Amino acid sequence: MKVRLVDIAHARSGDKGDTANVGVIALEPRWYEVLEEFVTRNRVADHFRGMIEGPVDRFELPNLKALNFLLHGALDGGGTLSLKTDAQGKVFSTALLRMVIDVPDAEARRLELPAAS
Amino acid sequence: MKKVVRVAAGQGFWGDDLDAPRRQVEGGQVDYLMLDYLAEVTMSILQKQKERDPTLGYARDFVGAMESVLPAVVERGVKIIANAGGVNPPACAAAVKAVAEKHGAKGALRIGVVSGDDLLGRLDQLIAAGHALANMETGEPLSTVRDRVLSANAYIGSEPIVEALEKGANVVITGRSTDTALTMAPLRHEFGWGAQSWDQLAAGIVAGHIIECGAQCSGGNCLYDWRSIPDLANVGYPLVEVKPDGTFVVTKHPNTGGRVSVQTVSEQLVYEMGDPHAYITPDVIADFTTIKLARDGDDRVLVSGIKGKPPTDKLKVSIAYRAGFKAVGTLVYAWPDALEKAQLADKILRERLDRLGLRFERVLTEFVGANATHGHLAGDQRHAPEVQLRFGVRGPDRAAVERFTREIAPLVLNGPPSVTGFAGGRPKVEEIVAYWPALIDKSVVKTKVDLVQ
Repeated sequence: MKVRLVDIAHARSGDKGDTANVGVIALEPRWYEVLEEFVTRNRVADHFRGMIEGPVDRFELPNLKALNFLLHGALDGGGTLSLKTDAQGKVFSTALLRMVIDVPDAEARRLELPAAS
Repeated sequence: MKKVVRVAAGQGFWGDDLDAPRRQVEGGQVDYLMLDYLAEVTMSILQKQKERDPTLGYARDFVGAMESVLPAVVERGVKIIANAGGVNPPACAAAVKAVAEKHGAKGALRIGVVSGDDLLGRLDQLIAAGHALANMETGEPLSTVRDRVLSANAYIGSEPIVEALEKGANVVITGRSTDTALTMAPLRHEFGWGAQSWDQLAAGIVAGHIIECGAQCSGGNCLYDWRSIPDLANVGYPLVEVKPDGTFVVTKHPNTGGRVSVQTVSEQLVYEMGDPHAYITPDVIADFTTIKLARDGDDRVLVSGIKGKPPTDKLKVSIAYRAGFKAVGTLVYAWPDALEKAQLADKILRERLDRLGLRFERVLTEFVGANATHGHLAGDQRHAPEVQLRFGVRGPDRAAVERFTREIAPLVLNGPPSVTGFAGGRPKVEEIVAYWPALIDKSVVKTKVDLVQ
């Protein structure tokens, strides 16, 4: 079943130099396992291909039902050097929430995930 | 010892709500008011101001904030901790003293002034002694930009603030203190947490991280269920109620808008997060994967379980240097085919800059309304009702950037049709002051505390 990340998670992002961070938090605690399984480092790197220049790191925070991604080379140099509207990566979080993941039907039903319409 | 210490946050950055500090001390019981004024490049702006006038170089908003909270300090014993000193903490203290005198509160303030973070005057000596101050992102040594450095300040921890409080200060003014130390220091002072009480120190850091951005943890900028967050016009800024063991509740004053929930606090916890296992500060390394959050009634979140470990022997140094010039120009194109028109204008502009022989380090085009924040992920925007062409250049040559700024307006008459939004005139050329993060041995930085009465 196709599931939109924006229907199962909320997020906030910020910057550190030329790196944007995106913290993604499950809307329901039981949905954290879906984030952990399907929103992988590679999947996120693919999602942002062409938008960021460096690699992606992922960290797990099961205590907060959250994942933290570091998107390196995401901010056109970052800080005052950047010419981007979003020089501080404030809304990179919402760009990640555009992701659509494919969850096996049985798992999606068990967790009562909202289906993408 | 107090059973609970209340630390409230009144400013998340220089430019935040001017009235928030007063609302924080008047809206309910508070022991300490913490005000964070310094972002990464703020120090360089302040350094420029100090060069023009040696009595400046601090966050001037703080003087007005002090004026508004003076009755609470004088009559109710609320203590103020702020990194408003910028590159000139003594001048900031003098301005605060003058305001107190104006209101007949002479002698009621004992201002602790923390200095020693400013390394600008020592840079050459430090480099000569073998401190490369290499850029933490690129690895380049500072010597490559030495002649363009405007400011250099070590991020200092809680120790000197604690020292000021021990000496009896009721207002503490620092320079480039870490944001989190402003919250943690009064907890150390009140509860007597030792320099190796790692878990408690880490709890203080987490409390600081949660409230240092002001209302961003109490409903502001919160994506979770954002439509339902009440009365942001009267948003309550956050405060923490901390117990001696380091557990604390995040809350806000009654009869204020906004919201404090597990979700609003979680969003703030992940803001600007790096490796959550190691949130490094001068005092302690906090492990954000150990934080437990639980609802504790309406607009109350209990935070517990935090683990910390010893810090490194380095301090981070915030260095600002001149890095060339930039300018950004915009025009708005309207339906039909708004995006296509903006794309043609971009192509024409690039060709004209080329014909003029102008070369830049970086040229960036964004189509606001189509791809500026979400890139290709935004999908097909050919039918957008309007698109803003946003064209930026950056380079070392001021004259080239200046010349570029004259190439936007002509497009209104000699480019693609259905164009507007140029009323602001030519774009401004801005000098870029860039950030150079580095590390230095802790032993090199000696802080000093003076009490001004």
